[in-house]
Amino acid sequence: MTDEQKSSLDAVDAGPIDSDAGEAPQPASTGDPSEHPSVAALLERFPSDVQGHRLTAGDQWVVWINPERSHEILTWLKEDPDHAYDMMSDVTGVDYGGGRLVEVVYQMFSTAHSRALRIRCPLPLDAMEIDSVFDLWKSVDWLEREVFDLFGVTFRGHPDLRRILMPDDYAEGHPLRKDFPLRGRFSRAEQTRRALAQDVERFYLAENLEAGDPQEVEAAEVGTIADPGAGALPAPAEAGEDD
Amino acid sequence: MATKTVEFNVGQGREMGLGGAGAPSPIAPFDIPEPELGTEQMLINIGPQHPATHGVLRLVCELDGETVTSVTPHIGYLHSSFEKLGEYRTWNQIVPLTDRMDYLAPLIYNCAYVMSVEKLMGIEVTERCKVVRVILMELDRIFGHLLWLGTTAIDVGAFTPFLYSFQQREKIYALHESLTGARITTSATRVGGMMADLPEGWLDQLLEFLDNFPKTLAEVHHLLTGNQIHIGRTQGVGAIGAAEAINYGFTGPNLRAAGVPYDVRKDRPYYDYETYDFDVPVGEHGDCYDRYLCRMEEMEQSVSIIRQAMARLPGGPINVEDPNISLPSKTDAMSDMESMIHHFKLITEGIPAPEGDCYMAIEASKGELGMYVVAEEGGTKPVRWRVRPPSFVNLSVIPKLAEGHLVSDLIMINASLDIVLGEIDR
Repeated sequence: MTDEQKSSLDAVDAGPIDSDAGEAPQPASTGDPSEHPSVAALLERFPSDVQGHRLTAGDQWVVWINPERSHEILTWLKEDPDHAYDMMSDVTGVDYGGGRLVEVVYQMFSTAHSRALRIRCPLPLDAMEIDSVFDLWKSVDWLEREVFDLFGVTFRGHPDLRRILMPDDYAEGHPLRKDFPLRGRFSRAEQTRRALAQDVERFYLAENLEAGDPQEVEAAEVGTIADPGAGALPAPAEAGEDD
Repeated sequence: MATKTVEFNVGQGREMGLGGAGAPSPIAPFDIPEPELGTEQMLINIGPQHPATHGVLRLVCELDGETVTSVTPHIGYLHSSFEKLGEYRTWNQIVPLTDRMDYLAPLIYNCAYVMSVEKLMGIEVTERCKVVRVILMELDRIFGHLLWLGTTAIDVGAFTPFLYSFQQREKIYALHESLTGARITTSATRVGGMMADLPEGWLDQLLEFLDNFPKTLAEVHHLLTGNQIHIGRTQGVGAIGAAEAINYGFTGPNLRAAGVPYDVRKDRPYYDYETYDFDVPVGEHGDCYDRYLCRMEEMEQSVSIIRQAMARLPGGPINVEDPNISLPSKTDAMSDMESMIHHFKLITEGIPAPEGDCYMAIEASKGELGMYVVAEEGGTKPVRWRVRPPSFVNLSVIPKLAEGHLVSDLIMINASLDIVLGEIDR
């Protein structure tokens, strides 16, 4: 591999957005909130917890709220008959990278009023925790698990918070974070070595088939990042050599 | 010795309307002696490689005899991190990723993604493009439902509908191929329009399909709708109430079968769907049979929508005439200096987006498909591209639906949800 190729690979690993570029999109207040009854009501009822509101993409309303009070505000939005957001369509995360806040985004829809609303909760990077809304909407069960899996946000009160798309023993972190390189944290050779060193049978043995429980994985079995372990396969010397 | 009343869930006072097949069931409840034996719970593993899971889905079931007491689905076997890949691609380069998610109805995904990006950028596509996309989306709704129909019928032991529906799917494959050059991975849309306009003779080919397809549908109706075995396997199986279905996040035919008339095409109309004359079929029991009926009716409604759209298909350009969005024709790019510059800029840099985010919900064949894109000021790549997959949320309800049913019903419930693992795992 030439130096040129290497530097271009490094650029890929550096992430899609230059972390110095642009200001963090602060919760800014634009648009006339009286156009959307729920936005106006939120501003009136929770003035200190609504951090901003905004009209985006033509006709979509976004409200930034304080994550500490998110459960209370979302409960009110669901229970209050004037709003009645009975459908929680989506829960997801957004990471802007560059040390900016990770946000949890809720897409809600009210079938009674035929009205949509987007709620965003910015979370500080050193405390990525938010209350689960599983008790309000059962639909968030897997959606919150996915945000936990891919962003590392912990949902307090979720009954079964474990990885969903990535394997239970995935050791490389949370893939949709901007600091996670596209190719993963381990080299391709190391990933292959780990995959081949796994005892796949253990997932299907009768004593390991615990319905509902996360599969316990011994760390020693696959090794840790610092100590790749003595695998049966000779580990290639250089990362990315086999790409 | 205790006795246990066994009731067969066959023909319980439902009007079937198809003559002899609708006659009351000869099987009545009867008592069988139940020996007093010790029992223990059994754990069985279905999948990930099993034809009845309709993909690489793994279900770990806890059984009491043959009754399912709990189901734990395990997913992620097809995870391809499309959303992460999207962050490294320009807006148009993401289109090929979208049809690899729901490969059973790829054009719906192509359209949904570009619709979301266009809404974020404030691009208004041409009238012709809108109507063409409506035709394509409705065609792929039929495409997706046909696969569901065939595979679900196989799960209850009916082989013929599978052959009938795949015969029709083959015709849609041919339509895909003449439109895009690919049978499954269509990638037909671009931001601001389509990859190409409809080829010559395509509409005639479509019309021929529309003329023949309802006959096949009627035959399948005749085979399944009043079929005692089919009714016995589906009625009262996996039922869910309206309020619960909303709370659990059901969308699409699964939600409408439970009696909620929520259809994104009606409730949050896009592409002038409010001007098309079509009905939203709604069930009342929320069981597998109602889901079957809803999908069958939806296919007929889609045929009607396609016919209406063909009647109103306007002429004119299919792509927006903005050189910063649409590629110039190859001839222009090779002969005209300005077109060549635009071509170069579009290919090397991409289309700049305004700062903001946009969630576009559309009615896919499986339910509400949400495309959420987040962009930074002038960004030619998304900061975040999120797909709200309908069958991901629909599948998460399966532990609740299957509880208390037999293992064979679990297979039926799983089939009736109409899942596609490519979209669930992404």
